[in-house]
Amino acid sequence: MSWKDLAAMPWDLWRRQVAAIQRLELKKNLWTLRAWWIYLLALGPVILTGAHTVIELYRPHGNTLAEDSMVFAGMFQLFYLRLGIFFGCVGIFTNLFRGEVLERTLHYYLLSPVRREVLAVAKYVAGLAAAALFFATSVAASFVLISLHLGTEFREHVFRGPGLEHLTWYVLVAVLACAGYGAVFLFLGMVFRNPMLPAALVMIWEGINPFLPSVLKKASVIFYLKSLCPVSLPPKGVMALIAVETAPTPAWLAIPGLMLVVAAVLAYAAHRARGFEVSYSE
Amino acid sequence: MNEAAIVFDNVSRFYGDVLGVNGVNLSIPPGVTSLVGPNGSGKTTLMNLMTGLIRPTRGTVSVRGIPPDRPHELFRVVGYCTQFDSFPKSFTGYEFLFSYLLLHGMRATEADRRALEALAQVGLLEAANRKVAAYSKGMRQRIKLAHAIAHDPRVLVLDEPLNGLDPMARAETIALFQQWGEQGRHVIVSSHILHEVDRISDQVILLSHGYVVAEGQIQGVRSEVSDHPIQILVRCLRPAALASRLFEQDHVVEARITDDRRGLAVRTRDADRFYLLLNRLVVESGLQLESVAPVDEDVSSVYQYLIGTQGGAS
Repeated sequence: MSWKDLAAMPWDLWRRQVAAIQRLELKKNLWTLRAWWIYLLALGPVILTGAHTVIELYRPHGNTLAEDSMVFAGMFQLFYLRLGIFFGCVGIFTNLFRGEVLERTLHYYLLSPVRREVLAVAKYVAGLAAAALFFATSVAASFVLISLHLGTEFREHVFRGPGLEHLTWYVLVAVLACAGYGAVFLFLGMVFRNPMLPAALVMIWEGINPFLPSVLKKASVIFYLKSLCPVSLPPKGVMALIAVETAPTPAWLAIPGLMLVVAAVLAYAAHRARGFEVSYSE
Repeated sequence: MNEAAIVFDNVSRFYGDVLGVNGVNLSIPPGVTSLVGPNGSGKTTLMNLMTGLIRPTRGTVSVRGIPPDRPHELFRVVGYCTQFDSFPKSFTGYEFLFSYLLLHGMRATEADRRALEALAQVGLLEAANRKVAAYSKGMRQRIKLAHAIAHDPRVLVLDEPLNGLDPMARAETIALFQQWGEQGRHVIVSSHILHEVDRISDQVILLSHGYVVAEGQIQGVRSEVSDHPIQILVRCLRPAALASRLFEQDHVVEARITDDRRGLAVRTRDADRFYLLLNRLVVESGLQLESVAPVDEDVSSVYQYLIGTQGGAS
């Protein structure tokens, strides 16, 4: 395909159609009862870090900035990446098509003159926007709240030290996690009638990642995300004995690599969407 | 490829082991075409095939030259009123249409104008801002019709479109179908209520158990059913005299004077010869006729003769 062919494509029409799909999907993802538990997943750490800062204000010898940084790093890797964003993406992305089949509303899209490929990509982008809004906001709020009790020291850390850079990386990793897991769960939602079982297998695979040999580690999303985290968490205790040490992938490789995986999954999803049939009886 | 017709070329569709339709060859010209058959005869399968909601297991379909696996082209010219009675949650009637028109890539002002026009056409303007979930069955049927016509398509595929409509709305809707047909659009209507489609169809497609058993203009289809002579009711002053003349004809199978003795029910194997004879009798012997009307040249009768059942007709 030449540049001339690319330029001749109806980009303006597709842009308007994608915008129309975003309008519907964001409403569905953000403002329906179906999203309540995703709100809970995103709000949980905010409430905890808020409570932490209130308690720390009244403790005579509270946490130091370094301690708070490590607590946040642990919370980010163990809660956000492995649970919050993971399950949030399960909820949002597996339902992009499967949810429409269950609610018997998929024909609304399939009766419109939208290329199925455009539909698949637009739905993914809408899911990503919703997930990123939930979790990037939550990560940023938690990052601020966990050390807010330190007052000036924290402000100095953010505006004169490495704090702002850390925050940017955390938010970026959260968005990349939404993009990566989102692509995986969009794929599962399109391929499996019940995507929960394969989603559980993905969770196990991502969970045992620290114990896998280096080659297998790289066939996961979490490995690249952990590589990008600004504060690393060295394994402790028994974990230190059984975990396999692997050099982190540099950002210049991890980010494009993850994007490449997302693009490949999206291309497959778009191809599969072309063969969609409406069969609500399944 | 025929760009003026909807063409099914040896199309079959199976749902696992279950037959949807089999070996369908059709070329549907513009005008009102009715798909007639009982539940499970394959009407909805044919409609879903022509709109790409399902794919044929074998054969090809094209709608005015467009294959249904190109939805971005197909739904510029096709509007489909489905039987699915589910709507995206929390939509008002207006939002349902407005959002759909935005999916066409229209700008908001044009989508707004067309949504309001479609709502007006189906008489739902006053209920435009009510949630579709709160609509009655008849209103939901009308909003689905509005959804099918909002983008002014050349092909309308309407699956049981009169279901749930009150008599007034039915009459208005039927008039709309006729109007669209006269404009040169394809209007494909499915129904199991035969007398309704009888009034509006330019042609019919009769289906039974997934097979097309007959197609064409209803009179043409009727005349092909040779083992059931055509029934014609002649209202006149001297039916006995007419009957005596008719018995001389070899194509007349039966002539029976009606109970009120002012009419003659005739069964003939050759309607054309019968009408010629009647004309001659009027001219030569001064026969005074009140009316002449075929009795079983309707979809219901044809269906009964071909399938041997009323097929759910009412």
